[in-house]
Amino acid sequence: MIHTLLKAIGRSSDTFSGGVEPAMSKVSADAPISTSLIAPVYILPIKQHIGEECEPIVAVGDQVLRGQKIAKSQGYVSVPVHSPTSGRVIKIEEHAIPHPSGMGLPSIFIEPDGNDTRDGSLEPITDYRDQDPAELRERVRFCGIAGLGGAVFPTFIKLLKDSRNPIETVILNGVECEPYLTNDHRLMVEKAKEIVIGIDIIMHMVGAKKAIIAIEGSKPDVVEAIDQALQAVSNELPEESRIELHQLPVRYPQGSEKQLIQVLTAKEVPAGKLPMHIGVLCQNVGTTKAIYDAIVRGRPLTERIVTVSGDAVPRPGNMRVRLGTPMRFIFAQHGLESFDDVHLLHGGPMMGERLKSADVPVVKSTNGLLAMSSSAMKLAHKPEEPCISCGHCGVACPIDLVPNLLADQCRNEQFEKAESYNLFDCIECGCCSYVCPSNIPLVHYFRYGKGQLAQIGREKSFADASRQRSDIREARIEHDKAEKAAKRKAVREKHKPKASEESSSDAKSSDAKSSDSKKAEENKPEKTKSDEAST
Amino acid sequence: MMQLLAAILSFGAFALLFGVVLAIAGRVFKIQGDPIADNIETLLPQTQCGQCGFPGCKPYAGAVASGEAEVNQCVPGGERTMLQIADLMGVEPKTVEDEPTAPMIAFVREDECIGCTLCIKACPVDAIVGAPKQYHTVITDHCTGCVLCVEPCPVDCIDMLIKPELLEHWAWPLPDTARAHLAIERKGQHDPYTA
Amino acid sequence: MIQLSSPHKHGSDTVRFTMLSVIFALLPATVVSVYLFGWLAFLIITTSMFTCVITEFITLRIMGRPTSPVGDVSAALTGLLLALTLPAYLPWWMVILASVIAIVLGKQLYGGLGYNLFNPALAARIILLISFPLNMTAWIVPMHVGTPLIDLYDFNACLNLLLFGPESLNRALDAITMASPLGHIKTEWSQGIAVADALRTYDYSYLDAFLGREAGSIGETSALALLLGGIYMLARHTISWHIPVSYLFSVLILAAIFNMIDPAHYAPPLFHLLAGGLMLCAFFMATDPVSSPVTPMGQIVFGVGCDVLTWSIRTYGGYPEGAMFAVILMNCAVPLIDHYFRPRVYGQRSGR
Repeated sequence: MIHTLLKAIGRSSDTFSGGVEPAMSKVSADAPISTSLIAPVYILPIKQHIGEECEPIVAVGDQVLRGQKIAKSQGYVSVPVHSPTSGRVIKIEEHAIPHPSGMGLPSIFIEPDGNDTRDGSLEPITDYRDQDPAELRERVRFCGIAGLGGAVFPTFIKLLKDSRNPIETVILNGVECEPYLTNDHRLMVEKAKEIVIGIDIIMHMVGAKKAIIAIEGSKPDVVEAIDQALQAVSNELPEESRIELHQLPVRYPQGSEKQLIQVLTAKEVPAGKLPMHIGVLCQNVGTTKAIYDAIVRGRPLTERIVTVSGDAVPRPGNMRVRLGTPMRFIFAQHGLESFDDVHLLHGGPMMGERLKSADVPVVKSTNGLLAMSSSAMKLAHKPEEPCISCGHCGVACPIDLVPNLLADQCRNEQFEKAESYNLFDCIECGCCSYVCPSNIPLVHYFRYGKGQLAQIGREKSFADASRQRSDIREARIEHDKAEKAAKRKAVREKHKPKASEESSSDAKSSDAKSSDSKKAEENKPEKTKSDEAST
Repeated sequence: MMQLLAAILSFGAFALLFGVVLAIAGRVFKIQGDPIADNIETLLPQTQCGQCGFPGCKPYAGAVASGEAEVNQCVPGGERTMLQIADLMGVEPKTVEDEPTAPMIAFVREDECIGCTLCIKACPVDAIVGAPKQYHTVITDHCTGCVLCVEPCPVDCIDMLIKPELLEHWAWPLPDTARAHLAIERKGQHDPYTA
Repeated sequence: MIQLSSPHKHGSDTVRFTMLSVIFALLPATVVSVYLFGWLAFLIITTSMFTCVITEFITLRIMGRPTSPVGDVSAALTGLLLALTLPAYLPWWMVILASVIAIVLGKQLYGGLGYNLFNPALAARIILLISFPLNMTAWIVPMHVGTPLIDLYDFNACLNLLLFGPESLNRALDAITMASPLGHIKTEWSQGIAVADALRTYDYSYLDAFLGREAGSIGETSALALLLGGIYMLARHTISWHIPVSYLFSVLILAAIFNMIDPAHYAPPLFHLLAGGLMLCAFFMATDPVSSPVTPMGQIVFGVGCDVLTWSIRTYGGYPEGAMFAVILMNCAVPLIDHYFRPRVYGQRSGR
């Protein structure tokens, strides 16, 4: 109550709380999108999205075409992987992926044949307005589209026309709030019309009547391009649908889905829910373009726009890169050959991860590749000093956590307490670490805490399951024993010997008893187990 | 004199009142079973490995609860489990002598398996499937790495492998800063058993 | 390879810069204190700051910790804040003792900067007040207020006074001191004289109190100078508005309510606002980041709590001034306040 009041007094309604204003360093904003050369080899990890892994459906030695499905999804939250060019599968083995751990996933290696022949089996759908949304959704799923803003959540899941959660507003997230990154910016300038049609496709798929294109006001070229595109397609759009252009002030992390929704609709996504539960669908620019390509041009997702920048890159720019291209190959095209004394970031500087090697492939989540000099990194990671509780982190936090207390709890392993302070609501935007005068790596502490909590949870559920199985086994053994004893008793009753032979038969029966029970133990568990196995 | 009397009387009245309250509370909130043993059991890792000298986690929990066993006998649980049990029991922590090994899982070399079912019987958590004269195999997701199946195998076809580290299970380490190290150091000074 | 987490970008704010900006914000008050108390103020401030820095360095050395934290100027700030809460005349060794207490007891024994429960300067000030009540409530008559009894702009006289006491100037301590307005109305009230009459006999003027032409600790007299510093810190976002605003406003409201009920007993609100160390506490002591809550709601609760205690101690307590006690007492409650007054997290129904 008081909080809403305070918010009403202190903050205007079209903003989110907190946030920071870092230097944007968008050096590649005016560089047109160039196209990468064909790489000597493409490395495609079988999982490039959030969710379940895919399973390769090609074998070593197979010839593949560009756009051919090479790994199929297993499970619902999963999208397939397609070959980025025509060529031959040379091996399938584990290879490092862009991940802070430097660990790897099984990957499919494709050697291009240089012809770049397309797999033309997907028909373009130009009359999408007359198509069944469910079919279009299946197309989006088949084409392997996942959120290209960096979160790589399978897109088809969000494109659901659901009467329980009707989508009222589609938001095109053109707010590229990370410093350095300009891939969405350039895409909007160069492919404005395709993106607007993409929005129309999405609106048709989810049955929304309203769409908002959110752009930072500091990008007049984007505003102009989108405006022109809107005018150009305005007579093609159905009358009842409305596409609006919203210009927003520059502030990080405005491009975060939750914050953008708060800014545009003044609604909050409830904890543990998705935007669709409040009638909003948020799509990234690159994803929207990918949806357009999938539907109107019949092309699966095999390439994306990547910003190659950073203070160590001689020629920063934006590049259309095929998925699976080794990063070393891309940096080389921008003039960076040697990686000594250079730190590679996968994504923007605020939320991107540092990579341990340049020999990892571009994946669906690669929106930017930054090479930072070690002096810049040193400035960003100064030695941690004690917290002076200035509270700047709490002011900067876009979701109103108390970061300094949370960091203390994580450092001191009070994980349950941290959880009760809503640790898992942290979006890891990095605002707290950015403003901290004591250079505390708050986000790192939160990640540590989250990881430890996850591990504790895993261990606990594993222990619970083990205990359950152990209890069941014990109960079964008891049960068998009792059953066997009852049977034996019945048999003995039946063949009750004469009184004179009682003593000798007693000894015999006790022998029999022990061997019996052994046998019982031997047979019974197997039976139940093979039952279990067969079911 | 009157003051003394008043004091004695009032204290007596209070004593009586609280006695009655306690007596009622004792009836109303009576707990069935052995809650301490159950609580200890939930802290144990449930590997059922028997390294504590008891035939399973439950018997060990019961033994600790009744004071027959020490709090530091659970090897796979390591320090954390020991500290939690000591805390629950309200006793001094003790050092865990055996270092817990890296998480392991059993693996049956199937071409050597003769299908004797001995390992199946030995497995405390039913994590091995198979039938007589059929290959047996370990359900890796269920295996607790207790090693109890290795010894009964007549043909030594069971290996203990180090559990592969999964990408999804990778967790961020503590930041490598002096302050984080100081926190660990201070925690160590605070409690010598976790140093 | 060390694991480095995002963000890989950092703002320009540093602890050192924060501390320096607080020192900068204290400049007006420092200038006024030198204007009013001459060389005495200058000598006390420099002694205190110097002792604090040296003590911090020595303590860190003894404890075997890196001495680099001395560079964050927080010790100098503590020294300055401490000096500004001291009366203009204090034997030199008491100044040094206070500084040592502030750094050793108030700060380093808790673990250094960031770990202290209390504001170090205030803790030292209060320990001194309780230990040496006579010296700590003897207010030298400042310059430009009536006729000065000794020339505070005379360096030798001031040095003599500090080193050898008032006897070296052939004066008794009583002869060169006067009561502070708060002390005055408290004594008068105890003799049954109403507040308004007491103020009249003191020749009290709101303007004088606002500008600082009154008796008191060297840095607390001028509300104007402190206000300037406070506004500077607010504008620079060194502090947030929550604590000073809630503290000062609730003082006004609480005093106004009781003043309306019984004007003879309870001092008027404006008097409370301008009197004693309230302004200094509200802008510089209660807002000390380490020993104040971090959540906005918590800060407001903290401010109101400070007010209730300040007003209660001033009105009912044994000491005439309660602001410093109030802040110290509320410091104890900070962890609790932080726990219970967390903001509502995005997407959650309630904060807890």
